[in-house]
Amino acid sequence: MRMELIPRQDPSPVARALAPLAALLVAFLVAGLVVALIGRSPVSAFEVYILQPLTDPWSLRAMLVKATPLILIAIGLSYCFRAGLWNIGAEGQFIMGGVAGAALALGTHGTDPGPWLLPAMMLAGIVGGAAWGAVPAFLKTRFGVSEILTSLFLVYIAELFLDWLARGPWRDPGGFNFPQSVVFESAARLPEIPGLDRVHVGVVFAVIAVLVTAIVLGRTLFGYRLKLTGDAPRAARFAGFEAKRTTLIVFLISGGLAGLAGIAEVSGQIGRVIPDISPGYGFTAITVAFLGRLNPFGILAAGLVLALTFIGGENAQILLRLPFDLTVAFQGLVLLCVLTADALVSYRVRLVKPAGARA
Amino acid sequence: MTTFEAILFTIVTASTPLLIAAIGELVAERAGVLNLGVEGMMAMGAVCAFAAAFSFDSTLIGILMGMAAGGLMAALFALAVLGFAANQVGAGLALTIFGLGLSGLIGAPFVGQTRPRVEEWPIPVLSDLPLVGHALFSQDPLVYVAFGLVLGVAYFLARTRSGLRLRSIGENHASAHALGLPVLKMRVYAVIFGGLCAGLAGAYLSLVYTRFWSPNMTAGRGWIAVALVVFAAWRPTWALVGALVFGAATVLQLHAQAAQVALPSQLLAAAPYLATILALVLLSIRRGRAVGAPGSLGTPFVPDR
Repeated sequence: MRMELIPRQDPSPVARALAPLAALLVAFLVAGLVVALIGRSPVSAFEVYILQPLTDPWSLRAMLVKATPLILIAIGLSYCFRAGLWNIGAEGQFIMGGVAGAALALGTHGTDPGPWLLPAMMLAGIVGGAAWGAVPAFLKTRFGVSEILTSLFLVYIAELFLDWLARGPWRDPGGFNFPQSVVFESAARLPEIPGLDRVHVGVVFAVIAVLVTAIVLGRTLFGYRLKLTGDAPRAARFAGFEAKRTTLIVFLISGGLAGLAGIAEVSGQIGRVIPDISPGYGFTAITVAFLGRLNPFGILAAGLVLALTFIGGENAQILLRLPFDLTVAFQGLVLLCVLTADALVSYRVRLVKPAGARA
Repeated sequence: MTTFEAILFTIVTASTPLLIAAIGELVAERAGVLNLGVEGMMAMGAVCAFAAAFSFDSTLIGILMGMAAGGLMAALFALAVLGFAANQVGAGLALTIFGLGLSGLIGAPFVGQTRPRVEEWPIPVLSDLPLVGHALFSQDPLVYVAFGLVLGVAYFLARTRSGLRLRSIGENHASAHALGLPVLKMRVYAVIFGGLCAGLAGAYLSLVYTRFWSPNMTAGRGWIAVALVVFAAWRPTWALVGALVFGAATVLQLHAQAAQVALPSQLLAAAPYLATILALVLLSIRRGRAVGAPGSLGTPFVPDR
């Protein structure tokens, strides 16, 4: 038996829209199988991972908070991916954004800085993330070094830098030697949304990023060109399209949004600097971007779905004593399934019997 | 044994997993497939090797299971990118995330366990060579396997008919297909070979190098192996040189930490990653753009009938 791929003449838009859902379904089935293989009940896992969070108001609010960084980062990544560039270092850009913003919070600690502090922190977060994202873009445009590897290695460097800050210069002297900074003052904390207990304003940033991106893609020349580059790179070149400038711009946008997500998480959710401010949001966001088919509203939905896996993962750790790694494995599986499903939209698979006999 | 000899010895052991994984990835890339799942395959190799070695109390069974795990992961990747023409960069990344997660799940019951030391096999006469004898020829068997892999792959690519076919498939799959070469079939073999190597590299980490399993113990080595292939300009002998350089960077960092050099340990730990970025930059300045990469690298191939 041999597999053959036959290009479809006109890939159906319905199939394209349904592909992510089919991919999710397959990933769920495989994950259920894995749970069964390690001798646990897939049914109770499904209950703890999916049903309980969806029926509990507190979990639903936590889902919004978790979805915020995922959506912000994935929206940024969608610019890179549309331009055919692989920014896989969003995790590092997230961390550096958090660090840059936190520097302002800790630097003004105890000085009663006034209302400018929060906007300045958010701006610093954007700048920190964008600066970290600019490095691979610069190395690519200037020296032709692949952005894939450089952006990834910068994640490790950012993680170590944050670790050093939390254990070294920024450590709270009165914190019993724990690797953490002092708790930010309320002037440096993102406020809650009125009426939504424990949900910080960062959620609004994510929604704004989705809306602005929808407008950029649908209504601007830049967005049109970006679509064109992703779909037909040669056509884009004929349209007088400058690849180097685009590379820099999409990495700045992507890094900036990841950085904003970072400082929003530190200021709104954690409230201090600790060595691990991210459970891998920057990598999960890659799955979010593709599951949302690089479309802003798709990303909004996909962000909520993967936020659910985080909440479910935390639940399962407590209730079923299943390690959080299962969640990570599931997220990788979803990405693999989505990419495969996308390919299946463009190709028909035919099984061919060997020895030339047509099936 | 002098201090210098001892340091040289540890450089060789530190570079062995990098070398084995890089050689596997090099073969896959020469066939035109970019597999960024090395880190995930390595993690799976490490955990399955340790779990099997611990359960059956046999290092050999562990090594074989580690290779099998890497090979299976590669087969999954091959199904997605060669069977269904999925995007290679994305699928490789997915394989890494999946592998890191799954390895943590499988390894959870084994955290805290250790394995006995793997005995060295000194090669008579050669191991008595001054300076390098001890470091090169008084090692554990897997180091010799790694050297053998370099020589074998170098010979295969340069001197055999199949190696020539594999290279031409990686260089231009459309022409190779037109000549009647089995593009997808050879690519599947190359990718699975890469997976077996990544699994073996992982087995080396958990059974010989550290002798325990801990989550995320691969610590970016799989990615460094991918960078090594670029660094080596897709040539096996250069991969050997590159692996030794990176091994040296790792060892010197460990020695510096032990000697309490007045630098933060995090900065020292970041050194290999910084060095890799720097190496990639210097290389492209010296070589011009992306010279040496196989022509069809990373592009999916769907044969027309």
